[in-house]
Order: sequence, then C-alpha cells, then structure tokens
Amino acid sequence: MSTSTAAPALRKTALNAVHRQLGAKMVDFGGWDMPVEYSGLIAEHMAVRTGVGLFDVSHMGDIQLRGPESLDAIQHICMNDAAKLQVGQAQYSAMLYPQGTFVDDVIVHKFSDNDYLIVINAGTREKDFGWAKGNAQKFHCHVSDYSDYYTQLAIQGPKAAETLQKLTNVDLSTIKFYWFKWGTVCGLPNTLIARTGYTGEDGFEIYIPSDETTSKRVWDEVLEAGKEFGIIPCGLGARNTLRLEAALSLYGHEISETINVFEAGLDRFCKVEKGPFIGSEALQRVIAEGGPTRKLVGLEVIERGIARDGYCVFNEGGTQIGEVVSGSPAPFLKKNIALAFVPRDHAALDSEVFVQIRNTMVRAKVVPIPFYRRPKKQS
Amino acid sequence: MAYPANYRYTREHEWIEVDGKTGKIGITDYAQNSLGDIVFVESPKVGAAVKKGEVFGSVESVKAVSDLYSPVTGTVTEVNEELASTPEKINTAAHEAWIMKVELSDPAEVDSLLSAADYEKFIAEETGH
Repeated sequence: MSTSTAAPALRKTALNAVHRQLGAKMVDFGGWDMPVEYSGLIAEHMAVRTGVGLFDVSHMGDIQLRGPESLDAIQHICMNDAAKLQVGQAQYSAMLYPQGTFVDDVIVHKFSDNDYLIVINAGTREKDFGWAKGNAQKFHCHVSDYSDYYTQLAIQGPKAAETLQKLTNVDLSTIKFYWFKWGTVCGLPNTLIARTGYTGEDGFEIYIPSDETTSKRVWDEVLEAGKEFGIIPCGLGARNTLRLEAALSLYGHEISETINVFEAGLDRFCKVEKGPFIGSEALQRVIAEGGPTRKLVGLEVIERGIARDGYCVFNEGGTQIGEVVSGSPAPFLKKNIALAFVPRDHAALDSEVFVQIRNTMVRAKVVPIPFYRRPKKQS
Repeated sequence: MAYPANYRYTREHEWIEVDGKTGKIGITDYAQNSLGDIVFVESPKVGAAVKKGEVFGSVESVKAVSDLYSPVTGTVTEVNEELASTPEKINTAAHEAWIMKVELSDPAEVDSLLSAADYEKFIAEETGH
C-alpha cells in the first residue's frame, strides 16, 4: 500500500501547534493545515455521539454585515427569510448564483436590526466575501471580513452543555438550538456563544480572540472541563462522518455551483415567497417546469462494501443513473451509508440501486435522511 | 513498535513470515497507523494466483481505500476469515493479523525483500525523522 507526505505552505489556525503537540494527523483541507484525527476517527465520532468532543473550526470564515439596510442586503443575497430572525437567533441559509445553484451554505446570525454575522465555509472564504461585498454594494451597509479575528471552537455532544457550563456565567439552558448569547467564557467577557454545530448533536460554538495564547488557554480549559465526560479533541475525519450520519451538506458534495436548491433537497431553507433574491427567478422556473430532474437521496449499502465519494450509481439494468457525492462507513450506525444524486424516478424510499465499488456492483437501497437523529432530550 | 526480525518487508508496507514454502502476509504497524481505524478487508479467494508486486486485495479505513501488493508470487492457500468480522485486529496487532497465506512458487523472491532493520530505516526516512 502507499502513503503520502504533507503539502507545503498551508494556512494555519492559532491552535496549529497545539494540534501537532497532541500528535494529530494533519491534512490539507481547502488550503488549511488541519487535524484529521487525534486518537482515532471512530473514538472521536463516538465521543461526540455519547459524551462530548472538541473541534477547532477556526478555518471557517466570518462576514460581518452592518448598516441601516443590512437586512435588505441579506434578503437579497441569502435564500432563507432573515426577516423572521429575532435578535439572538440564527438560521441555516445559502448564497445562490442567479441560476439557483450554490455559492456556499451559511449560518446567518442576527446581532441587531443593523448588524449580522454570516459564518461561511473555509474553502470558500474569499469567494464568499467577494460575492457578499459585491452584491451588497447597492444597499447602505458595510461588509467586513472578520475571519481572522476569531478562534472558533465547537463543543459537541450530549455533554457539551454541562462541559461549557463550567466555563461560563451564562445559563446555557436559556439558549435554544440555533440561538446565541454573549457572556463571559473562561474569563473572556462578551464572548459569542452559539448553540450551533455540524454534528447532529446538541452543542455550542464559541468565538474567542484568535491570538495563540488565548486560544490555547481556552482549548485546554475546555478539555479540562469535559474530562469527567470523556472529552477528546476531534478532527475533520470525525467531523465528516458525524455530519454524514446527520445528512448535513458539504460544499462541493451535496451543494455546489452546479447543483440547485431543489436537487439538494434544501427547499425548506429557501423562502421564495419572501420576495425576489439572487437565484429566486431561476428557482421559480424550475418549479414551473415540473421540479428538479435529479434528487439527493440517502443510500444504505446492503451487500458487502463501502460506497465512497465519486462512486457511480447504476440501475438494475446496468445503466449509470447517478453518482455518490459523499459516502463512508457510519461509525455510530455501523452501516455503510452514502448521499447520492439519482433521477427523480429512482428517488423513492426502498428503491434499489447498485453502486460500483471497484469492479463489483454492490446493492444499495434508498433510505430516509437524516440517517441519524439525536434522541429527544430527557431534561 | 518492534518489527519482528524473522519477517521480511516491502516498501509498500506489507510483511511476510516465511516457513519453508509457505508465506504468511499482512501489513505493518506503520501501515495500520497511517490508515487509521480499519473497517474492511478485501482478501483474495483461496486458490487465487498472486504475483510479486501486484495488487492482491485492499484494506479500507473509514477515510480511505488502500491497495495491497503481494511480496511474492504463488497461490493463496488460506485467508484469515476473522478479518471479515473484526478488521480492527489489524490496528491492534498488525504483525499477528495475517491477511493471507501463500504457497511460494519462487522462494528466492524473499531474499530481495527488506530486513526488519532495513524496513525501519526506510520508514524513518519516509517520515523525515
């Protein structure tokens, strides 16, 4: 078998040295030198599902949009209805191209009527910032790139709240899912605490100053606070398997500049009724023409084999009908799962398809997504 | 981790333990560590022909697929069935979790494989230590 060596001159978060000291295996993720795993992908995945895990997600970007016409600007650029947001509330949304396909998926946070934070993906930082700034120009608002000001930590799992509660004066039970507050965290005043995440579990993302000293201190304090719950640092490997079990989209896979909102199954975050926005006209045409011709479905591999990104999907007759965009073993579910685009008429639940895994056609069936839903809280 | 002195090794990180005309083959501790949690092993069938330097199967971690290259030419006489249900044995005991046994058609091939010392030197160079 073959192994590979690291790439040169990658961007680093403030915790890069900490990850390396912890013995993390590092990988190039969208131009960033990031930890892919520390103690082991499966252990990290299971820690998040059963206890708590800690992620450095500082590579993600942050756009601050401020001014009297901020809401109008956001409504124009993003597909969800930001007018529904209250102060302290966040929503999953996306910026679309005029043809109704994805620039990126985002989380929009309403700080106030004239102040919004948009959190964006690492690999699309510059593209997103340019897109937002360019398209917001006709509104009275100011668009700033705040990405480098923050170290962003994600504390995720059923024990995330108990862990973080030790470190903050904010009563975390007053922050509902997809809401946020500011409070003192690890002695740092006015720190943004958002009940958001990308794992399908309860959890928080905290935004702290990005200097190395502060970042390391807070990282260590979170690990200490979570020790009794079995907290471990978690890398991008587990981040991917966690989000896959929860059927959350990853840019370049389930969403991209060639995939539209309906194909991706993200209709519920797209409020065409709010009025025109970039991409709304094209999407209305898709509806008028009878809907998307292909759809994103969940697959469970039912014969022996692992379906992976890029593998081709075939019908019973041996014709290729689509492709897997994300596929992997699911460590918690103990199944091999995948998200794939197939034609509309193959998208019904229990439909059987074949995934080509090297030289073998392996049977898979269409199953409901998300594959995993966290248990209802018994509090 | 010590590399057994009586095994021979390849640059593709397979090991072979030779006993007369039979060789027992697996992947090294260095390999399992690079791969991460192993979840799937694709082994050849008993009776299959294998050729030195050619792919005989694959090992999959959660993240990736890795081809396995045979250190020797011969015929597969036995396959480790345990790995179908407990592939993680390769992670915990790489030098015991053999994947296949081969009847060697040319035992002299083993002489050109790396010794434990040479293999350790090779991986030290690969990791830049």
